[in-house]
Amino acid sequence: MPEILERRTIIHSTLHTSAPIQEPEMVEPRRLHTEEMVLNVGPQHPSTHGVLRLEVILDGELVVDVIPHIGYLHRCFEKHAEHMTYPQVIPYVDRMDYIAAMSGEHGYVTAVERMMNIEVPEKVEYIRVLFAELQRIASHSIAIGTYGLDAGAFTPFLYLFRDRETILEMFEKTCGARFLYNYMWIGGLSHDLHPDVLPMCREFVKQSRATHKEINNLLTFNHIFMERTAGIGVLDPQVAINGGASGPMLRACGVKWDVRKNDPYSIYDRFDFDVAVGSSEYATLGDSFNRHWVRMQEWEQSLNIIEQILEQYPINDTTDVQSAIPKRIKPDGEIYSRTETPRGELGFYIVGKGDVKPWRVKPRSPAFSNLSLLPLISRGYLIADLIVILGSIDIVLGEIDR
Amino acid sequence: MGFLDNLDKTGEGSVLVTSVDTLFNWARLSSLWQMSFGLACCAIEMMSTAASHYDMMRFGVIPRPSPRQSDVIIISGTVTLKMATRIKMLYEQMADPKYVISMGNCSNCGGPYWEYGYHVLRGVDRIIPVDVYVPGCPPRPEALLEGLMRLQEKVREQGKAVDLEV
Repeated sequence: MPEILERRTIIHSTLHTSAPIQEPEMVEPRRLHTEEMVLNVGPQHPSTHGVLRLEVILDGELVVDVIPHIGYLHRCFEKHAEHMTYPQVIPYVDRMDYIAAMSGEHGYVTAVERMMNIEVPEKVEYIRVLFAELQRIASHSIAIGTYGLDAGAFTPFLYLFRDRETILEMFEKTCGARFLYNYMWIGGLSHDLHPDVLPMCREFVKQSRATHKEINNLLTFNHIFMERTAGIGVLDPQVAINGGASGPMLRACGVKWDVRKNDPYSIYDRFDFDVAVGSSEYATLGDSFNRHWVRMQEWEQSLNIIEQILEQYPINDTTDVQSAIPKRIKPDGEIYSRTETPRGELGFYIVGKGDVKPWRVKPRSPAFSNLSLLPLISRGYLIADLIVILGSIDIVLGEIDR
Repeated sequence: MGFLDNLDKTGEGSVLVTSVDTLFNWARLSSLWQMSFGLACCAIEMMSTAASHYDMMRFGVIPRPSPRQSDVIIISGTVTLKMATRIKMLYEQMADPKYVISMGNCSNCGGPYWEYGYHVLRGVDRIIPVDVYVPGCPPRPEALLEGLMRLQEKVREQGKAVDLEV
């Protein structure tokens, strides 16, 4: 018990504030007989972002241990993939990471195309990257908005959902679906880009930059929000790498790792963008604030990529977006292919035996690995901080349970 | 708004002629508090419906995180067998009168998982009574709002011997 208190004091002293806080003198707490208590959070709880159950072992208000229980949304993706043909698996990939369905599809179709050595037309690649980056902004909008809700800020949530609707409108105009698209097909796309999308996109970039600034003022550098998140849930870079963390969770520790840069797929090597990493300028490296801060920076970088796509997009190219779709999809062999989704490194391990149905499709889900580090980073904090730490990981239960 | 049309405004003060049922039903349908409980993909569309663009609150639907304080539970997503017992318990914890909206194909009938899914409850109506089914995978926010309005129509006529024109 004193050990935990001591740790908490150290963490508290690293808080960044504009004025130095006069720390009250620590009084050695009297040795009271305390008993540990088990508290269940979830599966029905507004802060667990879905149907996650946390078994929290508490000593007073301090978290001694957290055991995440998953499986309440297990939808047997692998079993379904065994029964479906390769293109039929795409809708199930959508429903895996339902907040970023386009990014998931991009990962799956890239894997199958690499397996079959399909050359995709340039126009298709541009549309795919455009939509994947728009989806990244939409996904981070939900992550940042609900993180605000967790910390007690309601207004940013409304502003972010307003902007998200613009992105969904662009998707809807192009492929007819608002939320789960089945848009990227193996070797092509289901529909060509709607003519309204490019002008809408130009407008959106301007509007989104304004919103980005507004959210920074409202939420990121809000003193209350910083007090709640800075120095909470500090993750060591070495532990993060060993634990298989990826995405904003890893980059917040200062590790510059982004599949788009380190192992480029599609046409990401043509665009100039920075890999957002956490900094110790505002808070401790690897804490909850930095995970939020990395998401805010990534939002800006995605806007940069979208601007470059709008400049380079081949408007006069009249290639049919379905021209490269193969007649027979019967790949043979195995492949592991990875892409960068808003939550991190999404990998697909596919084994094909020359049949129309895949023999095995095993997704490597980023949110699952990130969630597995939750017990390590939440021990010794208050139970109120546990909610903030969980929110900063940005989990999607559909992807964790699959 | 229903019984307000019966207001007799001829005299000095207003006279209200109505039945207790009509009055209670009107009060109930005007403030349907919804249990904010998300299951899967549909929950994100439910959040969109509650957020700025669609604004569910103009129908008097306010999200409450507790089953004790809520009137309607929206089953938004795939009901797995592991989750089914919890949903039944949540429904039992709600105070009467209580209503259920089944949102999306998964909770209507199992959705895309009904055929090969060894894990899915093929329709939430197997464990709790459903008032309104909203189809779609996931349903658009407009569809959910339509479902809520249908529920309001149902509440308006409840306890009366009339035919519903729905």
